[in-house]
Amino acid sequence: MDSILKPWPWYVSGPLIAFTMAILIMLGKRFGMSSNLRTLCTIAGGDKAAEFFRFDWKSQRWNLIVMVGVIMGGFVAVNFLTIDESVAISTETVAKLKQLGFHSAGSSYMPTEFFANEVFSDPKTLFILVLGGFLVGFGARYAGGCTSGHAISGLSNLQLPSLIAVIGFFAGGLLMIHFIFPLLF
Amino acid sequence: MRDLIYLIVGIFFGIVLFKSEAASWFRIYEMFQFDAFHMYGIIGSALVLGVLFTQWIKRGNKKSLFGEEIKIADKEKSIARYAIGGILFGLGWALAGACPGPMYTLLGAGFLPILVVIFGALLGTFVYGLLKNKLPH
Repeated sequence: MDSILKPWPWYVSGPLIAFTMAILIMLGKRFGMSSNLRTLCTIAGGDKAAEFFRFDWKSQRWNLIVMVGVIMGGFVAVNFLTIDESVAISTETVAKLKQLGFHSAGSSYMPTEFFANEVFSDPKTLFILVLGGFLVGFGARYAGGCTSGHAISGLSNLQLPSLIAVIGFFAGGLLMIHFIFPLLF
Repeated sequence: MRDLIYLIVGIFFGIVLFKSEAASWFRIYEMFQFDAFHMYGIIGSALVLGVLFTQWIKRGNKKSLFGEEIKIADKEKSIARYAIGGILFGLGWALAGACPGPMYTLLGAGFLPILVVIFGALLGTFVYGLLKNKLPH
């Protein structure tokens, strides 16, 4: 029980993510989390604004149920399966983040500078969070998938397009962390 | 019954994302700094098993648990959409520290500002839908 309550090592977590994909394929479905964002846009009336949102969203109902489950899973994990939620990132990373002003590095799950409720009254942080989300949503649909659809499912199916997308994910991430972060913080 | 299975798969995946710390903003930052093996280990081990499983499924017309034929579609051929879309996604992934799966997990875990990120992601999806025909694919 103790090892469940602690953070799970990569060699447990990675196989369990592969297992999630395998189960969805065995159920005749596929592993793709960002598709739900499109479905939600359609439900919210996006089909009146663009052709892209005109599809039978009920065919994606199963994935919305998976999404609701993922939300519930987060609740279960934090409330019943975790004692200390601080993330033991490397000391080099902690030092770099403290230099940028992220003083919660090493002692919390998410940076309080971005994810404590005080940010709701902080326009700069709100802008950063909206912008980050916007790029994820826009980029995922443009690239036709996110980490689950391309990096796990697509590469597992040996798809060259997914390899291009994943190289793009890393190029964008490295650009953000190494060149844009120093300008932002 | 099927709905209950989908819900359980989701709950399981949500727990894995949280407990693996793949949903932690800090782990994403650390990955892009190459300071730890953790995230590479997660993605790498998932991929090794994922490749083996997917190739096993594709050799020999396996049936789904419901007895239906399993189809794993190829991605459509292109370079521009994957390269440009991928880079934009990566910029956002590193900034918000969360990709779509972890966004839902973090909401359940009670980090309410993630709602702002999810709002941004829905907005980005919507704007893509509006601009789709004008973008190089």
